Amino acid sequence: MNIVTPRLTHVGENIASVPSERTKRTRSKNFSQFLRRAWAGLRFTFGVFVLLALATLAGFPTSSNAAGSKDEILIGLVTKTEVNPYFVKLRQAATAEAEKKGAKLLARFGKFDGDNEGQVAAIENFISAGVKGILITPSNSTGVLGAVKKAREKGILVIALDTATDPADAVDATLATDNFQAGVLQGQYARKALGAKAPKLAMLDGTPGGSVDNQRHDGFLKGFGIKEGDPAIVGKQNTHGALDEGQTAMENLLTAHPDINVVYTINEPAAEGAYAAIKKAGKQQDIVLTSIDGGRLGVKYVQDGKIAATVMQFPKKMATRGVDYVIDFAKTGKKPSGFIDTGAELITDKPFSDLPSKDTKFGVENCWG
Amino acid sequence: MAPNAVASINRGTVSLGRAIATPAVGPLVVLLVFCAIFSLSTHTFLAVGNLSLIIQQSVIVGTLAIGQSMIILTGGIDLANGAIAVLGTIVAGRLVNDGNNPALCLLLAIFLCTLVGVISGLLVSRLWLPPFIVTLGLLGIVTAATRLIAQGGAFPVTDDLLSWTGNSAIRDGSGVTYGMLIMFGLYVLVWYLLTQTAWGRHVYAIGNNRPAARLVGIPVQSRLLSVYVFAAFLYGVGAWLALGRIPNADPNALQNANLDSITAVVIGGTSLFGGRGSIWGTIVGTLIVSVLRNGLTLSGFDPLWQDLVTGVLVISAVAVDQISRGKQR
Amino acid sequence: MSVQAESRRTPAKGTMVLEARNIVKRYGHVTALDGANLELRAGEVLAVIGDNGAGKSTMVKVLCGAVIPDQGEVLLDGVPVHFTSPLDPRKRGIETVYQDLAVAPALDIATNLFLGREVRCRGILGSWFRLLDKRRMKSEAQKEMAELKFRLPSIDSAVEDLSGGQRQGVAVARAAIFARRLVIMDEPTAALGVRESGEVLNLIRTIRDRGLPVLLISHNMPHVFELADRIHIMRLGRRVALTTPQKHTMGEVVAIMTGAMPGNDQASGADGPSAA
Repeated sequence: MNIVTPRLTHVGENIASVPSERTKRTRSKNFSQFLRRAWAGLRFTFGVFVLLALATLAGFPTSSNAAGSKDEILIGLVTKTEVNPYFVKLRQAATAEAEKKGAKLLARFGKFDGDNEGQVAAIENFISAGVKGILITPSNSTGVLGAVKKAREKGILVIALDTATDPADAVDATLATDNFQAGVLQGQYARKALGAKAPKLAMLDGTPGGSVDNQRHDGFLKGFGIKEGDPAIVGKQNTHGALDEGQTAMENLLTAHPDINVVYTINEPAAEGAYAAIKKAGKQQDIVLTSIDGGRLGVKYVQDGKIAATVMQFPKKMATRGVDYVIDFAKTGKKPSGFIDTGAELITDKPFSDLPSKDTKFGVENCWG
Repeated sequence: MAPNAVASINRGTVSLGRAIATPAVGPLVVLLVFCAIFSLSTHTFLAVGNLSLIIQQSVIVGTLAIGQSMIILTGGIDLANGAIAVLGTIVAGRLVNDGNNPALCLLLAIFLCTLVGVISGLLVSRLWLPPFIVTLGLLGIVTAATRLIAQGGAFPVTDDLLSWTGNSAIRDGSGVTYGMLIMFGLYVLVWYLLTQTAWGRHVYAIGNNRPAARLVGIPVQSRLLSVYVFAAFLYGVGAWLALGRIPNADPNALQNANLDSITAVVIGGTSLFGGRGSIWGTIVGTLIVSVLRNGLTLSGFDPLWQDLVTGVLVISAVAVDQISRGKQR
Repeated sequence: MSVQAESRRTPAKGTMVLEARNIVKRYGHVTALDGANLELRAGEVLAVIGDNGAGKSTMVKVLCGAVIPDQGEVLLDGVPVHFTSPLDPRKRGIETVYQDLAVAPALDIATNLFLGREVRCRGILGSWFRLLDKRRMKSEAQKEMAELKFRLPSIDSAVEDLSGGQRQGVAVARAAIFARRLVIMDEPTAALGVRESGEVLNLIRTIRDRGLPVLLISHNMPHVFELADRIHIMRLGRRVALTTPQKHTMGEVVAIMTGAMPGNDQASGADGPSAA
């Protein structure tokens, strides 16, 4: 038997130029010397790494006591991302409140908006760590439900912050801005500021499918007094709440519809981007730009007259109250329930008497960013 | 307990040299060192439930990383694997939500994922386009297509078949899910293909020295095509595992899975230049990242440490690879 | 049993094995081959030499199927053959060794020897599960290497752990194992140092002694004079002389190669410029 009859399955392959192809990987002697030195360096680095690991081990007892002692109340916080200052402030406020009350806060976050996997892993790891309560701003209103259920089955108090889950009773309680109501405020103001002019509305939305994004959008339309699909809406774009995308979207919308006179933005970075586009087009006077969120920069934009009005929410309040609820639960077993509105305020320096609002002075004092 | 850990750390230093010869040994030592540290520093790390958790958290990236490994072994790279898996979850999620037969929807979803692999494979093997560019382009195309199909929504999955992979196998609460079994099964399958068949040797040879592979008569084009198609099929299976883990098809999910899977492959000791590496290294690399995430949470560290340590590991792994290649010249 | 012994034919010494007649190949208005002839006989090492651009690499590409000639014919054992891809000559028992090291450095020697021609287990394991017969490949590789008197540290070591000469030796051994008619060697020592070249030259001699004719393309005159039975000199796309190391000195051969001295090839006519 001829065991090596070539089994050539691929006769037609075009390799005409092959014999002249060549691998050019000749390394100079210098380079190999460099590699040897680098190798020695790496062994050294590894040694340091081992030492560090040992040092960490030695230093661990304190932190492990902190994480594991029976007396200290552990609270887990899962935010959406660490790139949005809103969630950073929320985390900082929660950490401060926990410290003040003698509890320990473990914070985790998703890597991007929509990182359900990261959030679920964080919740699961919190359960392992033995937390008393979990505060979460879910990336997706249904994405984390399975993990939340597991946590609650273990007797952990779960409170949604900022964003409700769907269904809302999947968590023990929700501490959030009523984003729909906030949108309504924004819409009402925009309508009044526009006056008698026929509206040409541009909408700079956030991320498609986000529940907060939808609630704000729908609330705005209600406050503005029109329905989805109204011809007054001349354009909609997704900005993912980012400055650059807001600017690009607004530039394109203004090119397509130079007669835009009122703009909805999902948050203040998007509004800042939109303002840059509006300014470039020289239409600052013709367009009512409104936003929502209430970050420090947002309030400043209102002060500077870039944005006509913004709607402020109170993430610090969500964080501190959330922490308080968990500590209370750990001590007394009392659970909060239902939707707890942390409120929203219209911030503008051009108020209307029949629409309650606060000025930017209040805004600066109470803003979150 | 403590002397044991020290011993295992010391062993780590000693066997780093051998790690170069056997790519999966070094990562395994790193994994064991981390496990030792965390089991000493927390009471909960070694609990069966927690270990099960770590594996569950590795299932999606671990499966995507199998395909990534094969592609990297041929000297390519896949930036679209997460996007392809999300496409699968959305197609299955939406069609089932519309009331179609779940089994058919699942098959269709996996088939569509595989089809994307046919496209990338053809572009890479017939037109000789750089895999980086092909998959970068596909990342955009597939993500956009997924959003178009999702129409801005996410689809909660209630169907038992779609979420079956998240169920406990053997008995309830055993901590072993069907998803894990599927993942480990796929690892064994790919290990077999890569090391025990001519196909696998050809994959290594193509990544090692492609002109030589052609000269010795390996059908390079069809091998490359098969790698991309098979990898994309695995991404389709990954989509199913993702639905079992989080019963919610979300077009925004898994945005970092491409880089996470590359990280796992690289930490696992596979060379980004192709032709060297072991599939076992990839599962170890995946587990290292999950163990870090879990262990640092349990011991109350800032989560940024996870990214920091992972970054150090990635660079060290590539440095070791580079140096070991350099030594051979 | 040697891997290929029963299918390797060893014709009587002097029989024509490979013949190229009147080959013409043009690239645009550059004529690379202008009616070139070549003949390789059983049991010999035929060295093909020529200056850069003389057409020897095009000739090799024609013979190993990488280039399809515009005119002329190639005969193997007297029968016309048409090579349209490098796989065609392989199927007819012609193996080629290239100047570049055509090996996969990270893979071991046995794997490299059988790369692209792996041996599977017998029965269902092989046909259904595609299981490789690693043991068999390894033992065959060992046996062949011993027959070729090619010494290696271990058949399991990775090719990248070998010296440059040993690596090229692996490529040469692979050709020797699988060739049934002849072996073409395109500058096999060009990338090697003096001592490393020696190992490869020894291998080439062993191959010839085992009865396989070798077509050796080389720039290296000492190597050519050390190994070749006959020397085929090319210039301007044609064979200008066919000689032996005994008939001409190295200096004369170089003179013919560069056109300083007329060749002796009647069939190709005078060595005047012929590019179109």
